[in-house]
Formats: sequence, C-alpha cells, structure tokens
Amino acid sequence: MKPPRFDYLAPASLDEALAALAEHGDAAKVLAGGQSLVPLLNFRLVRPAYLVDLNDIPGLAYIRQENGHVAIGALTRQRALETSALIRERVPLLADAMPQIGHAQIRNRGTIGGSLAHADPAAELPAVVAALDGELVVRNASGGRVLRPDEFFVAYLTTALDPTELLVEVRLPLVPPRTGTAFLEVSRRHGDFALVGVAASVTLDDAGVCTRCAIALIGVGPAPVVARAAAQRLVGSKPTMEVLQDVGQLAAADLSPDGDLHASSQYRRHVAGVLTRRALARALERIR
Amino acid sequence: MRGRPEDRGGADHMTIPSIGRAMPRTEDPPLLMGRGKYAADVRLPGLLQAAVLRSPHAHARLGAIRAKAALALAGVHAVITGDDLAGIGRIPTRLGHRIGHPECLQFPLTRDRVRYVGEPVAVVIAESRYLAEDALELIDVDYAPLPTVADARRALEPGAPVLHEVLAGNVVDRLETHRGDAARAMASATHRVRESFAIQRHTGVPMETRGLTASYDLGTRVLSLFGVAKVPHFNRRVLADLISHPEHLIQFVELEVGGGFGVRGEFYPEDLIVPWAAMRLGRPVQWIEDRHEHLMATNHSRQQHHDVEIGFDAEGAIVALVDRFLVDLGAYVRTHGVVVPELTSALMPGPYRIPNYSSVADCVLTNKTPTGTYRGPGRYECTFVRERLLDVAAARLGFDRLELRRRNFITPAEMPYEIGGASLAQKNVLDCGDYRSALDQALELAGYEQALAEQAQARGQGRYIGIGVGCVLEKAGLGPWEYARVEVDATGHVVVYSGVAAVGQGIATTLAQVCADQLGVAPETITVVHGDSRRVPFGVGGFASRGGAVALPAALEAAKAVRAKILRVAASLLEAHEDDLVIEDRGVHVRGVTDTRVTFRDLARAAVPGPPGMEPGLVAAHFFEAPKMTYPYGTHVAVVDVDVETGEVALLKYAIAYDVGKAINPLIVDGQLVGALAQGIGGALLEELVYDDQGQLLTTTFMDYLLPTSMEMPAETVVRILEETPTPLNPLGVKGVGEGGSSGCGGAIANAVADALAPLGVSITALPLSPDRLLALIQAAAPR
Amino acid sequence: MKERLIRLTVNGRTHEATVEARKTLADFLREDLGLTGTHLGCEHGVCGACTIIVDGAAVRSCLLFAAQMHGHEILTVESLADGDRLNPLQEAFWEHHGLQCGFCTPGFLMTLTCFLRENPHPTEAEVRVAIAGNLCRCTGYKNIVTAACAAARKIAAAPTT
Repeated sequence: MKPPRFDYLAPASLDEALAALAEHGDAAKVLAGGQSLVPLLNFRLVRPAYLVDLNDIPGLAYIRQENGHVAIGALTRQRALETSALIRERVPLLADAMPQIGHAQIRNRGTIGGSLAHADPAAELPAVVAALDGELVVRNASGGRVLRPDEFFVAYLTTALDPTELLVEVRLPLVPPRTGTAFLEVSRRHGDFALVGVAASVTLDDAGVCTRCAIALIGVGPAPVVARAAAQRLVGSKPTMEVLQDVGQLAAADLSPDGDLHASSQYRRHVAGVLTRRALARALERIR
Repeated sequence: MRGRPEDRGGADHMTIPSIGRAMPRTEDPPLLMGRGKYAADVRLPGLLQAAVLRSPHAHARLGAIRAKAALALAGVHAVITGDDLAGIGRIPTRLGHRIGHPECLQFPLTRDRVRYVGEPVAVVIAESRYLAEDALELIDVDYAPLPTVADARRALEPGAPVLHEVLAGNVVDRLETHRGDAARAMASATHRVRESFAIQRHTGVPMETRGLTASYDLGTRVLSLFGVAKVPHFNRRVLADLISHPEHLIQFVELEVGGGFGVRGEFYPEDLIVPWAAMRLGRPVQWIEDRHEHLMATNHSRQQHHDVEIGFDAEGAIVALVDRFLVDLGAYVRTHGVVVPELTSALMPGPYRIPNYSSVADCVLTNKTPTGTYRGPGRYECTFVRERLLDVAAARLGFDRLELRRRNFITPAEMPYEIGGASLAQKNVLDCGDYRSALDQALELAGYEQALAEQAQARGQGRYIGIGVGCVLEKAGLGPWEYARVEVDATGHVVVYSGVAAVGQGIATTLAQVCADQLGVAPETITVVHGDSRRVPFGVGGFASRGGAVALPAALEAAKAVRAKILRVAASLLEAHEDDLVIEDRGVHVRGVTDTRVTFRDLARAAVPGPPGMEPGLVAAHFFEAPKMTYPYGTHVAVVDVDVETGEVALLKYAIAYDVGKAINPLIVDGQLVGALAQGIGGALLEELVYDDQGQLLTTTFMDYLLPTSMEMPAETVVRILEETPTPLNPLGVKGVGEGGSSGCGGAIANAVADALAPLGVSITALPLSPDRLLALIQAAAPR
Repeated sequence: MKERLIRLTVNGRTHEATVEARKTLADFLREDLGLTGTHLGCEHGVCGACTIIVDGAAVRSCLLFAAQMHGHEILTVESLADGDRLNPLQEAFWEHHGLQCGFCTPGFLMTLTCFLRENPHPTEAEVRVAIAGNLCRCTGYKNIVTAACAAARKIAAAPTT
C-alpha cells in the first residue's frame, strides 16, 4: 500500500502556505498530523498533485487564555492538549475527550486543526467544539473569517473550508463556575472511532437548577449533532433521573443515523439516548 | 547482564533438568534487538518487487488484459498473466482425502474467470513496490460480471449461480460420520433439544503478512526461496511438480516468521508466481503482501451453520447427537481440501460419551475468498456449537449445566476411547484424559462460587453478570512423522536439526531443552537449525500442534543415539567401560577420575571414522513416527458483565485449565494458551470478515477487521497447566498446546453472555457477539 | 518538489539522503538505512508495528514521509541495546516471555520506552492503556504488561550515575 506520486511543499510560513493553496486549490491537500490523510494516501483513495506540509510553520501551535476564551493554534498536537493544565482547568470537556482519541502514538502527531478539518462524523473533537459552540478561525491568502461549528461542519468528511483556506485557530469558551462536563462514547475497542459519542456540559445555579446545558452527539449523522431541544429540556429544571431520561429520549428522537457494518441505525439512535443520559449524570457528579 | 544466550548459562543448568524448565527462550535476543530477518527484510543484489492485480469482481468472465501502458512505465520489467502460465497445473491439496473434483482447485493465475474479490489476475514486476503499484493502475482488464452468490445457504438453492460447472451445484463434497443408530436413538430419547448455530467468517491474521523472495542462479540452475513457512518441504515438492524443476535444485530458507496460525505457509498462487518470475527474468523477485491484500487473499476460515439436535434419557445421559451443517469454503478448494469440516465432525462429540452420533456436512463453494485451517480448525466451531447446546439443553430441561457435563464425560477408565469416525486419515481414538478434573480445576480457578454470589448481588442492582463454561477436546500431534538430526560438531558444539517449522512458538528453545539433558549441556548452548533445506533434508513442518508431540520426540531419540555414540567413542579412547563413564561439561571422564577427561571436541574428531562398527561422526538422525494423534483437553470459564443498554460485553475474569500431558517449557505453554485466548476473544466478540450480497469484501482494513488489543483482554486471566494425563503416544508424554487456548472461547463466552441475559430470555446462537447484535437480541426479547 | 534532500539523525548518527517525496519514513529506515528492525504490519496506522520515536515522541513511521524528517531526531529499536547487551526493558521482555514471533515487538518496545520515560511508576491498568495502540497476535498481551511493569521497577531501582 504505497502512496501515489505527489509534489511536496514545505512552506516556512503561514503566508507561504496560503499562497500555495491559492495557487493549487483542490489539486493540493494539506498535511498536518497526517494520521487521517496518510492512510488515505497509502490506500490511494486520494491522489493530490501537491502535498502542502504545515509542520515547519512556526506560530501555529499554542494554547493560551485570552479574552474570555482559550485560543488553540490549529497545529497544536493532540498530545499537548491532553497534558495541558490550562485545558484541564478551563475547558474540562476537551480534557475529558482527549484520552479517548485514538492512541498515544496518534495523539503525538495528530493536531486539533487536522481533526476538525477532516470532519469524521465519529471523531471526538468536532463534538467538543460543537457542544461548546466554539469558534473556528479560518484564513486564506486574502483574509479570513470566523465560523461557528454549525457553519463549519457541513457533512461527512466535509467542512465549509474551501481548498484555498486553512483553519488556523480554535477558540473555546472558558468553563463557567458550577459546571460539570463529560465525554462518553461507545466504541468496538478502546481508541476506535466512536459508534456513538456524547459531549455534555451542565451548569447549575445555587438552588441546583440547571441554567445551561449543551449536548453534542457523534456517530449519529454526517456531522456532529447539537441536541438543542434535548438540552433545553434540562434548562430551568432540577436534574432528576426522570428528567435525564426525558432528555436522553429527546436527544435520540430526532436522529436518523446511517447504519454501517459496525452499528445499525437503530443501535445508534438507541445508544445516543442512553449515552446522553449517562453523560449528563456523569457531568452532574463533577460539579464542584 | 549480557545478551547472548550462552552467557546466561550459569551453574543452574547442570542441576536443574532442562525438560520442564520455565526458561526464557533462546530465540529472543535477536528479535528484541530488531535483528531478526523476516520475509520483507531480505535484500539481494538486483532485487525486483512484485505487486498483484486482483479481481474487483466476485464473479466474472475474464477477457483481455491490456498491459502496454504498464509495461511502458520506467522501472517496470514484466507483467505476468494467466496465459504466461499456460500448462502449469492447479495447486493440489495437502491434507485430507482426495476431493472428487480437482476442477475446483485453483490455478495460480486464472485464464478465463474470476470467482472471488481478490483473486490474482496479473502480476507486475518492477524496480520498487511503489512503481509496481503505479503500474497496476495502468493495466486495463475486461471483465464480464456474472451473477454472484455470497451466502452458503443461498448457494444450495436451485437456480443459484454456480461457480464450477463440473459440480451440479455448489457442493464440492458431503461428509458423513455415523456411530450407532442416531435416528432411532433420538426418536426414543426422553428429552430432545434442537437448535441452530452460526459461526462467522474470520481468520488468523498474523501481524506479518505473507511474503516470499525467489532467486534463480542461471549457472547452477538452483532456485532459492527465502521466507517459506509451515510446510516448506512439502511445498518445495509442489513447486517442483508445478514448474517441472528437479526438487534437488530447489532450496529454501525459512527466516523469522511473524505468526502462522494455520493460514501462512500453505501453497498459495503467489508461491508459484514469484519463483516462476525469478526464473523467467533471471533476477531475484520479492513479493510482500500488504494488509489490504492479506484480508482478501490469505485463507479465510470458520464460517459454518449448524442445525443440531441432542437427545437425553430421563437422567440427562446423552443418547444421541445429530448434526447437519454447512461449511462455506469460498470460491475454490485450497490445500486443506475439506479437512475443516472433517475435523468439525470428528471433534463435535467432544469429551462426552455419545453412543449414537450422526454428522452430515455439506462443503459449499461461494464467491468469496477461499478457506483453510485456522488455529483449532473445526474445534473452535464445534466447541461453540456443542457447549452452547448443552447449556441450552440444561436450561430448557431444568438440569444443572455442570452436572449435565459431569454425567456425560468419558472417564479415564474408558481410555483409549473410540469416538467414532475418522479424521486426518486416522480413526478418532482418544488417548487419555481426565475431563472432570479439568472442569473442576477451571471452576476453582475462576472462583465459580464467588462469581455466582456476585451474579446474584449484581442482579439486585440491575447489573447483568454471567458465567459460562466451555469444555474443550483438542486434537494435536499430527504425524505422520518428523525428522531430527543431532550432532556434536568438530568444535564440540551441539547442533539439532529439525524438520519442524517455526511460526514464533519457541520450538527452537524446546528442541534444545529436550536434547540438553541427554548430552549434559545447557540448552542455551545448543544451536537449533530448522527451515533450511540444505541442512535439513526431510521435514513435515509446523502445524496441528505437532511441534511438542512429534518434533520433540524425534530430537530426543536422535540425542539419545548421539549420547550412545559419545560413550562408545569415549570408551574406546579412554579404554574404559561405558558404564564407568560420566558425561559432564561438554566432556566425558571416568567416574571419580576427572583427569581422564576427553572433551566433546576431541570426541567429535575421533569419531570420524571412529571405532569399527560405528557409523562415523557424533551424529544421529531419527524419524519419529506418529500414526496416532493426541487429544489434549481442558475447560474454559468466562465471567462477563453485559451492559444491556449498549450491548457491550466486559470480560471480568477468564480461567483456563488445560492438560498438555507434559509441559516441556511452562512459560511457552502458558504463552500459547494466553495468546490463543486473545484470538478466541476476537472470534467471540470482535472479528468478522463481512461480505455484501454481491460478494464485495467490506472489511479490508484494520479499521473494520477488529483484532483485540490489550484493552479487550479480560480484566483477570488465570491459567493452570495440567500434566495429569501424559500421553502414551510419545516418550515425553507431550500432547501439544498450540490450539487449546482459543477453541473454548466461543462456547465459554457465549454461554457466559447467555447466562447473564437469562433473566431477559435472550437466545444466543451466533457469533460474534457484537454490541449491535446483542442489543438487537435484547430488544427483541423485551416484553412489549 | 518531487524529491527532497534531507539531513536527519537516526540512532545518534547523522544521515544525508535524497528521498522521493512519497517515500514513507518506515521504508526509508528499512531500505535506505538498512534498519529492518522497524516492521510494517498494516501501513494505515492501526497496528503499531512500525512505531519509532521522533523528537522524543512515539509515532507511527508508516504515516510519516521521510521528506518530513529533515532536521529531526529518530530512534528505532536498534538504538535500545548497547552492542549485544539488552537494556532493562528488553531484558524484562525476555525474562517474562513478552514475545513469541517477535514481529510486533520492536513497536511495543518503542512505545514502552517513551511511556516509561513519562510514567516511571505505572500501574498495570496504565500500562494496558499505553500499549492499546500496538497489536499483538501471539502473546495475548499479559506477559507484555508484566514485562513492562517489571522493567519499570528495574529501571527505578537502578542506581543513577
């Protein structure tokens, strides 16, 4: 399984990379961590004329708190996110998801930007960004734009990025006080893509009433599904078992997932409801 | 601490016998240092690389193959098609009776028709694998698709697409085994229980894919093969016949082998094509299978459907067992012929007394990758069916599932016991065994009573814990013989040559252990040679758990003969009586008179020509004949936790008690059981080769064909090696262990899951127990 | 560029080579440098047999191109032993029967080398997770976990110079 021929470009700056993309458009593919792209090349499922390697570009990997959010450079390795104290404290939902992404060797190379731009519907990072309603900062040679998750994630392996654009930064809000988060998934084996996964965040007030709730699901549609109606069911209520059951059922009700050889549509829908309930319960346990 | 085995000797080896010693393997240091040379590591000057063009259709007529563009690519040396191999015959079977229809055997390259996705159609030879794959894409092939049949049951229906017109339908053979009068006994049985079971298509998937290098010397006409495995002597003969080249001009070297499990080392199309190409091109040719190919080109296995009925008397004694089953062989008959169904029938009765038994097996061809044996062939399947059936019967009839087994075990007093029927050209006769003891010990190891208590407590908490038992009867030590030669060379070193083949199981270490005590040397100092035709002229190979039971006794006898010669030569040199001599520290001295010592080095030189009447040289060869196979056995116990909302199965604890007769190296025996367990778990829960109804293989990567990782192993695994019934069939008492760790898994895990879900009325009759399938079963059983 | 001139350090030695852009790092190590200890089991990043250490991190060499490695530091299984002298991790594998066919073993050794450096006192559960990205078809993993834990204890107990 050897890759087909391509022309290799190793730009030394972001501008150089954007210029290359402006020139080559969809004849080029971007190489970040390579953990998704290189297998596709080895299978010859993609045959780009140009491979634009971003790994030599300085200044694209960082994790910093600024202006009420955490800004993460797109080329930040997943391993860095996994070990970051800032992420653990300020974006616990992301910290929760990290160990479930593949295996250590994959996280050592894989980047947050690469995972988001690849947009596998069973990948964990898109769910986290969707649940937190993060911002995706995109650049091209002539400027940039900021997208919301529902604008960014379009369909199966498809984002709003056009071939001349690069995702350069992800902004995730700081976790509010009295908030618990949890990321749960069912997969065939540890580290595999999720059959179904749920990212959940719950905020309670001092009376124990839910003031905010966010739920995003993966493995149940061509892009992460944000379960707004289900999340709203919890807001304004005390999170009893009955209410959580309700929320789970609501989350599952609207889904019409595709089945594949690992899990049928019915399986995904049923387990989506189960995991939603369990993720919320786990998130609530973690509220300090 | 140094890395070379001989530096680890120490004084211990002289006082502790080597046989039975849990010593670290002599094979390991080079492997740990990355110095082991596997098939892909062969480098020869002028080496070319091959890549195979494989059919994308499950069934089609093959038309023109246009390779001009491929040949025009720089670095491409040749494109080989079926027409180039015209006149070369089909790949013959190796084991089992001759099948009635040789037209169902496979040609190395088809000329007119493809019958499975992945069937070789053409082969490119180029300067690199990268270039060869570029060239594959430039070959243009005309296919005229034909209707396909991808399901064995459908293949039996009238009007189904037929793969080989010489057969009336798609049944290449029907095997029948009868003992007593099963129909009559079943009709008059007090209790009868029927059920249908299915085992999915899955297979060995070693971590190293297949590979071969062939090099032809135009001057000497010697064809050299590197990277052979399993049955190299046999395959050399097959190759010699197919290409009409003298056997003595074909040499082979095994190298390191990255796992076999039955699927590597049989004669495949590439094993003809690669040497043929090397001879034609006058350049060495290497072919290394990639993983994508492997999953569609290397033998599949295990897929069977059973309709089975068991009859009991009022007290639960089995009076009859009737089994009708299908085996899905794939598109061609390969080297194992119909051995897998044959073994399934032979071992279905297992360790139980079944006075009336009838088994009818239909061997069916379908448009899928052909099949062969995979670790415990026929036994993984029949153990699942039989053990599951016993639990089903126990539940339906109100018997205790353990008592039902104990009541029906064949007892030690009844040994040797004729099961009925024959397999691998010999009657199925159990040599010895204490099945009850293995069951009781496995239950004890698993903490059965405590598990029952935990189960009861868990049910109160809405958790579903289950305990399942799988009693295994295995078959090992296939002959017909094995060759060994032991010598002391002129520098005083002991060498063992064995016709066995290594597949990673540690056979070199155990061969050394077996010879070490005879010759008074540390096993770490013995060189073991196998898989080299120039140095090992005869051999049968490494399969059917025969290393321990057949290859080791051959080496033992040869070592004994060399020992006798050492004493004879020493007696002559020292002018002493043999009874007064002591072998110690690579030398011989007269007892109590240490300054009379002569070294092995001196003796080896003196032995040529040596004393009159003795064959010259401190060397002896032995063919150990093994006309009868041994029957190792044991019990698996699985404790599981089933999440009824997601269908996930967690393995809490797994216990195996397995009787190997005699453990030459307990570390290796334990390693075999735990390693096989991992494969058994894969078969029970994860692995499946999935086809759509057009015969397209959907599981062509490791993302879809799921091998167990460390995380899928049980939280706790306990293994007890039993040596309670050494076999009388060889002087070591060794039965063989390679296949016992996996064969019981399907049964034990399925029984455990069924036990966990018993309160929900879920019926478990098929593998694998994936979350999707299990949840569907749970939901189907739920009250409306 | 269709080819790149690269300069990189492998097992402490500097190498300079011109590589075709599409040549994987695994193939470069095996074929161009003759370091055949790194094995290819799947070429799509799942089995871990090809695991090596790049700039201190365990990664799959089948998912990297040699061209990307200009200026980087690589360690392969051949770097572990000191001549013929096995290191404590390798010794632990030997003592505890942590390998059978040996094909996956270099990948496990490199994964564990990194892991034990970052986590010198792991629990068995942590070791299991750490090796979950390496497939073995022979051993059933139990002895690999035992070997890793034994190695950790051995390394921790060794006097530091």
